[in-house]
Amino acid sequence: MTVDYVLRRLGMFVLIIFVAGTLNFAIPRLRPTNPVEERMNQLLQQAGGVHIANVEQMIERYEERFGLKNPLWLQYANYWIALSRLDFGQSIAYFPADVTKEVRRAMPWTLGLVGVTTVMAAVIGSFFGAWLGWTRTPIAISFVVPLLLIVTAVPFYLLGLLMLWMFTVFWPILPGGGAHDPLIAPALDLRTVLDIVKHAILPAGAIILSSIGFWGLGMRGMMVTTMGDDFIKLAEFKGLKERRIFVRYAVRNALLPQVTGLAINLGFVVSGSVLVEVLFAYPGIGNLLYTAITSNDYFLIQGVLMYVIFAVGLMLFVVDMIYPLIDPRIRYRSA
Amino acid sequence: MANTDTTNMTPQIAGTYDETIFEEETLGDRIFGTINRNKLLVGGLALMLAVVLFAVVGSAVIDPERAEVGFAKAEKEVADGSIQLRDAPRLRPSGEYWLGSDQFGRDVFAYVAFGTLGTLWMGFIAGVIGIGIGTLLGFMGGYFGGWIDAVVVVLSDALITIPGLMLLITISAYLDQLTVEQLGILIGVISWMGTTRVVRAQVLTLKNRTYVEVSKFNGQGDLEIVLTELVPNLAPFIAAAFVGAVAGAILLSIGLSALGLGPQNEPSLGLMAFWFIRFGAVPQGMWWWFGPPILVIAVFIVGLFMVTAGLDQIANPRLRTSV
Repeated sequence: MTVDYVLRRLGMFVLIIFVAGTLNFAIPRLRPTNPVEERMNQLLQQAGGVHIANVEQMIERYEERFGLKNPLWLQYANYWIALSRLDFGQSIAYFPADVTKEVRRAMPWTLGLVGVTTVMAAVIGSFFGAWLGWTRTPIAISFVVPLLLIVTAVPFYLLGLLMLWMFTVFWPILPGGGAHDPLIAPALDLRTVLDIVKHAILPAGAIILSSIGFWGLGMRGMMVTTMGDDFIKLAEFKGLKERRIFVRYAVRNALLPQVTGLAINLGFVVSGSVLVEVLFAYPGIGNLLYTAITSNDYFLIQGVLMYVIFAVGLMLFVVDMIYPLIDPRIRYRSA
Repeated sequence: MANTDTTNMTPQIAGTYDETIFEEETLGDRIFGTINRNKLLVGGLALMLAVVLFAVVGSAVIDPERAEVGFAKAEKEVADGSIQLRDAPRLRPSGEYWLGSDQFGRDVFAYVAFGTLGTLWMGFIAGVIGIGIGTLLGFMGGYFGGWIDAVVVVLSDALITIPGLMLLITISAYLDQLTVEQLGILIGVISWMGTTRVVRAQVLTLKNRTYVEVSKFNGQGDLEIVLTELVPNLAPFIAAAFVGAVAGAILLSIGLSALGLGPQNEPSLGLMAFWFIRFGAVPQGMWWWFGPPILVIAVFIVGLFMVTAGLDQIANPRLRTSV
């Protein structure tokens, strides 16, 4: 049973990668003319003799790599072989830099930002929601819930924009962009760390603030349902302390679906962080993608997307693997 | 979120009692009964309606020229003392320009009205298409089961994990200029999975109910059963999913357009976001440029959330009695 479950989830992971990879292959080829070739020709026209050797070299590399004269199935097979080696080709904008290298340079910033903010938002939001579900005071509900709704309703990047205005223009106390002060030599000391944290406050704040509502409202809903369950009544009749009922009985059970929420939220946070990074000139994946789009760097776009989808798919798989371990009530049937 | 109006609780004890006894209320009774108590739904609809009215009336009344580049003019004094027109009129809000002007002389109030209409229209198209595909697939999977169901489940599970914005970015990076309608269709086509899941799950619980069995014995066809027995019972779920789909589409389109990949020739809030990010409305402190579109989006989405929560209460009577 368990083996079956793991295999099914693994199959789903492979399928996600397959679908995403195929879309990545197919979409550029749906156009009658090849966008990469177009872009190359455009570069060739623009290049005033200086970079011309570079562009010709790029076209050569490109021809060799994709063999556009080959039949479609062979192109497709070669595409997957290259992908399996994590070979996304070379960036057009940063030629001859490898796409993989560019992605790897940007990845830690995004992982740091998105990872830390997601965990923080989940923890803060869940306990906030638990408190909201527990207190029966109408004041808390009629004030805090609408407030949470409003904060959640503003998308990440627009909330970030408001915060940017508030803390860099209206009340300038925080840096408006970048991930660290370019004047400070990077070293593993307190000054560098504090500098990085200071630069991360605004983008992180935007992500946390707008996702707390998601966690809080979800948790509150689960708490309300759990509080109506018979085992809570039993615990109350047994005369257990409120604190114990709250922590051991209510929160513990209501928390479980939040783990699935984490899985659903992940892709959302990653997409949202693209815009946040652009807004705050944060040197992560999102900013890289933005640069790639603005310079029509198709290889870089493909590479970034495959990495992101791979990362999201992998994390979903991990969450799926963890879930049955923490929730013994759930049995996965193959039905 | 549910019944916050504790003041009305006491006189309604009889009402709650009736409900538990007579489970065979008609859908109409349930809807009207809930609206009376359901301030969430009414309030949400009011917020949404306000935004729609602003967009429709605004773009019908306001001269479209006000939203064009170069409408607002500002004068400046040149070194020799003469007065010239400034290239970039950054007008503050005033009697003539209620929300000032942007850097290029568009009247912000006028542009927000036209842009809101464009964005709502796009969201509506995406919502209709997403719900259409989602409902159809959900019904097929839930009702017929077997391999059809397997395909539907696998497809929706796989696609739901691919971040919509990422997919959209890939597609539009390769497309030529999109129109508002095309973007709506595109978003609809990639965001049906949530609806499919909800509808499929509901059909699975409904299709073995006695009244469906009775219809089968009466010799009704599959299509007839789906249309006369299942769809009416699923209406609140589909409505809630539609509301969610519209909200999701609007947010997606704004995200895409803010990156400069959306429709560039028709007014929309997303295009506005692209401009005010690109041309530094924030460092310039032009709050009247970036504030209003954000406010409109927030009001509309809050309204949608409230409506979804309200519809949930109709669809799921258990929620009505919870705290």
